Amino acid sequence: MPFTPEALQAIWLTLKLATLTTVFLLLLALPLAWWLAHTRSRWRAPINALLTLPLVLPPTVLGFYLLVAMGPHGPLGHLTQTLGWGLFSFTFTGLLIGSMVFSLPFALQPLQHAFASLGPRPMEVAATLRAHPLDAFFTVALPLARPGLITAAILTFAHTVGEFGVVLMIGGNIPGQTRVVSTQIYGHVEAMEYAQAHWLAGSMVAFSFVVLLALTLVQRRADRPTIRVSP
Amino acid sequence: MSGPQPVTTFGHHVRLSLPRADFSVSVDLSLPARGITVLFGPSGSGKTSVLRCIAGLERAQNSRIRMGAEVWQDDAAGVFLPAWRRPLGYVFQEASLFEHLNVQGNLDYGLKRSKAPRARHALDEAIELLGISPLLARRTATLSGGERQRVAIARALATAPGLLLLDEPLASLDHARRQEVLPWLERLRDELQIPIIYVTHASDELARLADHLVVLERGQVKAAGPTDTVLAEIEHPVLQGEEVGVLLSGRIVERDEHWQLARVALDGASLWLRDTGAPLGRSVRLRVLARDVSLCSAEPQHSSIQNQLPCVIESMAPDLHPSQLLVRVRCGASVLVARITRRAAASLGLQAGQAAWAQLKSVAVMA
Repeated sequence: MPFTPEALQAIWLTLKLATLTTVFLLLLALPLAWWLAHTRSRWRAPINALLTLPLVLPPTVLGFYLLVAMGPHGPLGHLTQTLGWGLFSFTFTGLLIGSMVFSLPFALQPLQHAFASLGPRPMEVAATLRAHPLDAFFTVALPLARPGLITAAILTFAHTVGEFGVVLMIGGNIPGQTRVVSTQIYGHVEAMEYAQAHWLAGSMVAFSFVVLLALTLVQRRADRPTIRVSP
Repeated sequence: MSGPQPVTTFGHHVRLSLPRADFSVSVDLSLPARGITVLFGPSGSGKTSVLRCIAGLERAQNSRIRMGAEVWQDDAAGVFLPAWRRPLGYVFQEASLFEHLNVQGNLDYGLKRSKAPRARHALDEAIELLGISPLLARRTATLSGGERQRVAIARALATAPGLLLLDEPLASLDHARRQEVLPWLERLRDELQIPIIYVTHASDELARLADHLVVLERGQVKAAGPTDTVLAEIEHPVLQGEEVGVLLSGRIVERDEHWQLARVALDGASLWLRDTGAPLGRSVRLRVLARDVSLCSAEPQHSSIQNQLPCVIESMAPDLHPSQLLVRVRCGASVLVARITRRAAASLGLQAGQAAWAQLKSVAVMA
C-alpha cells in the first residue's frame, strides 16, 4: 500500500479544498473580472494591482497577514466572532478563505482577459436582440468566454493543490482539518519517511503534468481557426 | 436641396446631437413608414454614430427619438429606453454572429426574447426572403461572408422589429459577395413593411437601394429627400465626378425579340434598353450617368444612339473641372443630368428654358 491512511486523508482534504476554492473563487471572480474588463473608473488600476498582489507576494507574507486578520484581534476575527462563528484560523474554513485569496489572480486574469478580448460587440448584438444585460452576460458573454473560464478553473484548482506556505501559516498541520498533501509531504520528509514522501511527491508531479497538458489542449482548441467541414 | 419632410406626414422622427472629438453630429430626420432611407456620406461623417444613437447603443444629448406612438428617447422629459428595450433590428458592419450557436440558434436568440406576437411569422418570412433555410443547421464558422450577413439580417428581423438599421452591411465583403447579397436587400426593401435605415458610403448601394436619401457631412445633414430628387441636384451634387447622374423609375412595356431590346416607359418618355429577360410590366430602376448624356440643340438625324429624348433645359452649373458644365434637363416628368463642355454650351447657345434633345449613350438597369 503506497499511501498511508494519513496520506489518503490529506489527498481527500486537498481535493476538497481545491474544489471548493475553485467554485467559490470563480463565483467571486466572474463579476470582478467583468467589472475590471469594462470599467473606465480611475480606481481600476490600483484595484487591479491590489488583486494581483497575491501573485508576487511570498505565501508566508500573505499567510501571516491572513493569520493576523483572522485572529482574535484582527478585523476578520472580530467579524466572525461577532457573528458567532468563532475564529477561522487553524480551521478548514480559514484555509478555504486563505486559498481563495492566494489563488485570486489565477482566476481573475484569464477571465478578465477573455472578457476584454470579446470586445463590446457581442453584448451590443445581444442588446439589439432584446436581451437584458444580465441575460446577455449568461447567454452570450459567458459561453464565448468559456476557454477563459476553463483556464481559470484549472489554474485555480492546480494552484490550490500546490500551495504550502499559506496553509502552514494559517492552517497549521491538523490531520483531517488542515493537513493537505503538500504539508503531509513536508511531514514525511521531516520524519525521514522518504518512501511515503516519494509516492506523494511523484503523484503531485504527475497531477501537475496532466493539468498543464489539459490547459494547453483547452487553449489550443480556443485558438484554433474555426474552419470545419459543414455537416 | 429639399429639407427634412415635416413630421406630420411621417410616423418616425429622429432628432439628435452628439459631440465628437472633431465635430458634433446633429441631425433632424423624419423617416417614411417603409422603404430604405440611405444615410450616405464619406467615412467619418458620423453616419454610424447616428445609427448607434437611434439604437440606444450610444447616448446622444438633447435628443428626441420617436417611433410611431413610442418615444425611445426624450432628454427634455428624461426618457431613455436602453437598447434592449427598443424594438429594432440592427445589422453590424461585420456580421457579428454568435460563434457559440449555430445558425438556427442565432436566429432563435432574438425570437425567444421578442415580445412581438408575430415574431415567429417574421422569422419564417425572413428565412424565406433571405433564402437561408439550407443554412439553418450550419455552424456559423462554416458560412461565407455573404451568408453570414444574410443570417445576421434574418436574425435582426426575427424580433419583428419596427425599424431595421443596417450599418454598411456589405462593407466587409468583396465585390462578388456584395453582388450576391444586394438582390436580397432589394427584396427586403420591396417586401418589408417597416422603415429601413441603411448606412453606406458606396454609391452603387445607394443607387440600387435608396428610396430616400440623407447625405451627411461632418455630422450635418447636407441634403435629404427622395433619392431621385436629391441625385438630380446639380448645384452641390451629392456624388462627384464620374458618379454624377440620376435615377429614373420605369416599367417594361414592350420587348423586341428580333433586336433583343426592351422598351421602358418612364414618366413622360420611353427608352429602348438591352433586354435583360425581365418580364413585361416589371418595374425597373435605371441609373443614367451625366457622362453618358449628351445634348443637341436640334433633333439628331444620323446618330447611332437610339435613345433620344426631346427636353427642356432647366439649369446649368459648373462641374469640378472648369472646362465642364452640368446641365439639368427635363424630359416630360423625368429629369436628366448631362455633362458637357462649356465650349459646347457656348457654341450651341444653350440656355435655361431652351428646348433641346438629350442623347443617352448608356443606361444601367439597377433592378
